[in-house]
This record gives sequence, structure tokens and C-alpha cells, in this order.
Amino acid sequence: MSLAELICPAGTPAALRTAVDAGADAVYCGFQDATNARNFPGLNFTPDELAEAVAYAHARGAKVLLALNTYPPAGKVDLWREAADTGAGIGVDAFIVADMGVADYIARTHPGMRLHLSVQAAASSPEAIRYYCEHFGVRRVVLPRILTISEIREIRKEIPCEIETFIFGNHGLMVEGRCSLTNYLTGQSTNMDGVCSPASDVHYVREADGSMSSQLAGFTIDCFGPEEKAGYPTICKGRYRAPHRPEGYYAFEEPVSLNLSRLLPELIDAGVHAFKIEGRQRSKSYVRNVVSAFRRAVDDIRAGREAELADLVALTEGRKQTQGAFETRKWR
Amino acid sequence: MNAGAEFVRRPSFPGQGAIARLACAAVQPFLTHIVRRIAAGHPSLFSRLGPHRQTDYLIDPVELPFALHLRPDPEALIFRAVPRDAAPPAGAAIRGRFLLLLELVDSEVDGDAAFFSRDLEVTGDTEAVVRLRNALDDVDGSIAEETAAMFGPPGRTILNRLRRRYDGDVRGEDKR
Repeated sequence: MSLAELICPAGTPAALRTAVDAGADAVYCGFQDATNARNFPGLNFTPDELAEAVAYAHARGAKVLLALNTYPPAGKVDLWREAADTGAGIGVDAFIVADMGVADYIARTHPGMRLHLSVQAAASSPEAIRYYCEHFGVRRVVLPRILTISEIREIRKEIPCEIETFIFGNHGLMVEGRCSLTNYLTGQSTNMDGVCSPASDVHYVREADGSMSSQLAGFTIDCFGPEEKAGYPTICKGRYRAPHRPEGYYAFEEPVSLNLSRLLPELIDAGVHAFKIEGRQRSKSYVRNVVSAFRRAVDDIRAGREAELADLVALTEGRKQTQGAFETRKWR
Repeated sequence: MNAGAEFVRRPSFPGQGAIARLACAAVQPFLTHIVRRIAAGHPSLFSRLGPHRQTDYLIDPVELPFALHLRPDPEALIFRAVPRDAAPPAGAAIRGRFLLLLELVDSEVDGDAAFFSRDLEVTGDTEAVVRLRNALDDVDGSIAEETAAMFGPPGRTILNRLRRRYDGDVRGEDKR
């Protein structure tokens, strides 16, 4: 059986302590800049905060993974290199990287450090994954959320590194690390600036009938009826009118969250080493509830018991959840 | 932005006229005391607010007879009760039931989930709201309990009663 480590999100030092106390095996987090894909206002860690967080986690047997999972614009690599140097100096347990240049820098400059390949690298074939392993010494790949469990099982046989899969949280697929929708409307890049739907460009407008419109950079991307559940203000989850669908429809994806709690035994059996919970932008309340629920479930499975599955639908986007591609290829 | 507008999803106290003004005058000394104590106890809270320390927030507990005006500037802190018809122009407004807002301050409830369920409404500058949420979320401990403790056993009793009532309401809604 794989170790089935629980990899948990933290957007603030308090959230990191909450995740560790709730049973995280490792917590992933980022600095307060464009080097990570949750570069949101008021979120993330200063170097001093990260050093304290690493000490807190290590004292309790948990690891800290530093997300450097955005792509430096050409010729502007210093921020990423400095972040890697700072993280190595602090003593983080691994870097989560997407960009080959960042991976190469860390492999050469900090040869003892573990490298995890971010989902943002969108490496979904054995050939792609092996390339990162052979050239940069990647020890773990975070798989894109487009593979079935049987496909994961086959990939596991053909790669020399560990596999991490998402099991809960925001379910934004596209081709991960390649989405340019935010850039198209706002001029800021999800992949280089670390901001998907920057809050400064988001506005919510309440209509007279009680409905609510969500707008990004002045474009209306959805309108929720008075009693309708809402989702994130991201273009990929927007609802649009088109000549063939004048009533409006989800052109890309629906607002829904991934929840693989029922598939944990199969994922472990397929050789998945680590389970990732999405949500560095979420609150301590989310972290506490989701991490403790999955801690119980994983512990039950590892002890040979039937997993106790908590109801987490109240924390899902649009109050809807899916097993996505993990359950069936038809989902695509 | 119409920051003083009435919240539409829940019955709302009008929040204007003589009763609202009387209520504002009655609670103001407590609010001033509370916000100064909280600010002194959690100075790191302000760094996550960045430029929005000078933003005027309107926090609107829909069932109370007044709204709350917050400007989280450590140099000139403002936290005051205002009648809804006299609310200042706000950079950002946050509306919901009083106990929901209190639970959000304490991170007992997830803000995104409350937004998804439409129990929480946000208008105005979304970045200001996100920064305030993240700043509060990084506070260890319970601001609600700290506030209640300032008023001794009666404060704690009132808080516990409010929480029981809110929990009952939430459970009731989930069954519907």
C-alpha cells in the first residue's frame, strides 16, 4: 500500500498551524508574490512567517512544501531564483515547480532538495513525466485532473517517481498551466502573475430582483438567481448566452468541486502516494474541516476499516461535487 | 455602489429613523472599546490589509437596527454604528446575518462557502473584502470570545446564546 500522505493547503500561518493540528502530513504554501499560483491579496507568507511555520510543522512531524509553481516571464527569473534560495535556506521539505528553468535552477543550485512537479506543468503522459525526472530529478508528479484511475495505474508502472493526485477542492481543468482566459480579459496572467480572476477586477452587482451578477473586468460572466447557489468569478465557470443557447449555458465548465472521498481506496490501490487538498485561498474553517475529514478517512482505510466519509458538500463550489475524470472517461 | 441598500434575501430591520439612531448611540462606547482592544491585541492583522487600511468598509448585519462602518487604519481606527440611511459612501460592503458575520470573523465558517450559499453578500471593492477576510483569518483565537470576555460572564452568556440560536437556525435551514 502507498503511504497516502495528506497534502494540505495553507494561505496564512494560522491556516498552516490549523492544517498541521488537523492531521496534515505536509502543508503547501507560497510567498507573497508572483512565484505561486495563489498570488491573492492579503494571502501567503513572508520569509519570516515561513521560517516560523516550518519550525512549527517540523516540531509536529509535518512537512512544508513551497509552491514556486508559476512561469517566470522571459528574462525575469530573479524573483523565482531568490524565492528558491530563500526557501532552501529556511529548510522547506520540497519545492513544487512547473517551469523547467526554475526546476533546472533548483536542481543545480540546491541539489539535495526534493522537487515536485506541479499540476501546472500539465504532465499527463509517462514520456512527459520521465523527462522531468531524468533532467531535473523530479521525485513526485502532481497529475492533472483529466485521468481515470486505470490510466493513473498504468502511468504509475511507467514512471520512476511518486504520484500525487487532487482529491478535493476547486475543479478547474482546462489544460492546466496553459489557461489564458484571465489574461485575455484583465491583462494579468494566471500562469505568470499567479492570479486567476484578480480580486481587483471582480465586481458583484446585486440586481433589483435579488439576483446577483458577477463581473470580471467589466464583463458579466454569470448571473445567479435569488435562490441559486453561486460559484467563483472565473471565466471557465461562467455562464454565457450564445445564438444556439440564448438561455445561457456553461460554455467551459460548471461551478463544481472535486470530491474523491469515495475513491480513496482505489487511488491507494492504483499506487497514488499522496492526496492533495486544494484551497490555499480558503479559510481556516475550510482547512480544519476538510483536512480532519480526510485524515479520518485515510486512517480508516490504512487500518483496514471502512472509511468514515464526512459530508463536505457545504464547502463545495456551487454546493455541487463531482468525481470528474477519475470516475469515468465520459466526464471529459 | 449602493452600499446602504437593503439586503434582499433575509428580512431586514429598516435601520433608519429614531430607533436606529438611539441604538447606534447606545452601542458606540462598546464598539470603540472593542475595536481598540482587538487592534492592540492583534497588530499583525493590519499588514495583510495593505493599502486597504484606508478603505471604508460597511458591515451590514441585516437583522440589527444599524450597520457598522469600519476603517481599519491603525493610525486612525474607525468602528462605529451607523443608521443605514446615514451610512457613509463605502469602498466595500459585506452583508449577512449578525452571527454569520461573527462566525466569519472567527473563521468558524468558511467565507467562500457562505458566498456560494448566498448567505453572504459582497459589493464594492472585492480586493478590499478579500484582504480583510485574509487578515482576519490569520488571527489565532476567537475575536468573538475576546469581545465577550471584555464584558465578563454576561458577555460570554450572550455570545453562547447567540451561537446556539444561530446553530439552530442553520440546522433548520439545512433541513428545508
